Amino acid sequence: MPGADQTYEFRRLILPHLDGAYNLARYLMRDPHLSEDVVQDAVLRAFRSFGQYRGGSPRAWLFTIVRNCCRTAQAGRAGKVSLVITESALSDEAAAELSHKADPGPTPEEEVFRKADVDRVRSAIEAIPEPFRETVVLRDLEDLSYAEIAEVAGVPIGTVMSRLSRARAMLAKELLPAAEADGEQSRSVK
Amino acid sequence: MPACVDQEMLLGGLVDGELDAANTAIVEAHVARCEGCREELDRLQAVRNLIRSDGVRHAAPDALARKIAAMPELTPKAANENRVLRWLGPGAVGALAASLAMVSFVTPATTAAVDQELVSSHVRSLQPGHLTDVQTTNQHIVKPWFNGRIDFAPPVPELAAQGFPLVGGRLDSIDGKTVPAIVYKRRLHTVNLFVWPTKEGGDRAFVKEGFAVREWSSNGLRFAAVSDIPPSELAQFQALFQQSTR
Repeated sequence: MPGADQTYEFRRLILPHLDGAYNLARYLMRDPHLSEDVVQDAVLRAFRSFGQYRGGSPRAWLFTIVRNCCRTAQAGRAGKVSLVITESALSDEAAAELSHKADPGPTPEEEVFRKADVDRVRSAIEAIPEPFRETVVLRDLEDLSYAEIAEVAGVPIGTVMSRLSRARAMLAKELLPAAEADGEQSRSVK
Repeated sequence: MPACVDQEMLLGGLVDGELDAANTAIVEAHVARCEGCREELDRLQAVRNLIRSDGVRHAAPDALARKIAAMPELTPKAANENRVLRWLGPGAVGALAASLAMVSFVTPATTAAVDQELVSSHVRSLQPGHLTDVQTTNQHIVKPWFNGRIDFAPPVPELAAQGFPLVGGRLDSIDGKTVPAIVYKRRLHTVNLFVWPTKEGGDRAFVKEGFAVREWSSNGLRFAAVSDIPPSELAQFQALFQQSTR
């Protein structure tokens, strides 16, 4: 178990990337409650193996662990149906939503439009298969470099590039106006 | 007109700024004379902008962030306390933490551990989206927001005229207790003021990990201000705060 200095280092280097860790887990698991569990588990694992962290991108290091925890959780889940929604989890969400409303945000109309747009993009990302989904999330939402994505996914950079290209082609087909989709379709056959 | 198959990955690299100078020049030259690749480049930009729109990225729920920040493993405490928590097992820890918060302050952690937590919580609050749960420059919004979330009422004076504008408040975790953090700004810097009930204690001022910390007690409450502003300015903050709450 790491000592006090390391605990501080961990909190300073790793915990600031909690949003990213959750975002990644959320898109890999596609379930808010499972994502929270996985992130907690991943942070604990990361802390216990913090001694093995050898510099480099702390985000890529944490994301590697988050990704592996997601894979493990999904493997354990396959074939089983277990969905437990606790009351406290629900009220947390309700509380979060309430506190968000205090923000002087956009007008209600803008909010509806924006939310519809955001939901559309989110569902489109959730709909594309792995490993394309994790690649595009790491690149376009988490802004990882190709080299960092290669580290997280454990594949060469060339593979990252081709996965990203495929992922974006799938998303373009889903999200961009259909009028332009002709060329897209003829190419995706190849 | 379709894009050239051999260029697709390179177009992505171009959009992402991941190509070296030589390849950038080659792809740019190709795009300049190939209509299909130009269209593809536009589509790539468009889809990339859509994915990157505000709100698509999920932020960790506040409750999760607090839970993780308060994990006993991640909290340097007296060794024996940790052992007890581990012995009780992970399931009991949450319940124990909750009951500690209710019964309160039976087992104060060592001062050094609390000092560390103050600084860590300050650092953590600076990450995007974590500074305030309630965001407002109005003290009459911050104060009621804490009602029902904590069982005491911290003073929330407005100090904008004196150079420390109020920006909001949030709940944080110090020493296993849920405590309010009142957030002020000083120019571009952040001052976190943590408040919890305690028996009287003396004033303290120190610098830890480059952050200035000042603690004082008043009316049965302990105040701890943490910031990266110079210690002299934090002393000024304390003086102003005490004046306006007297």
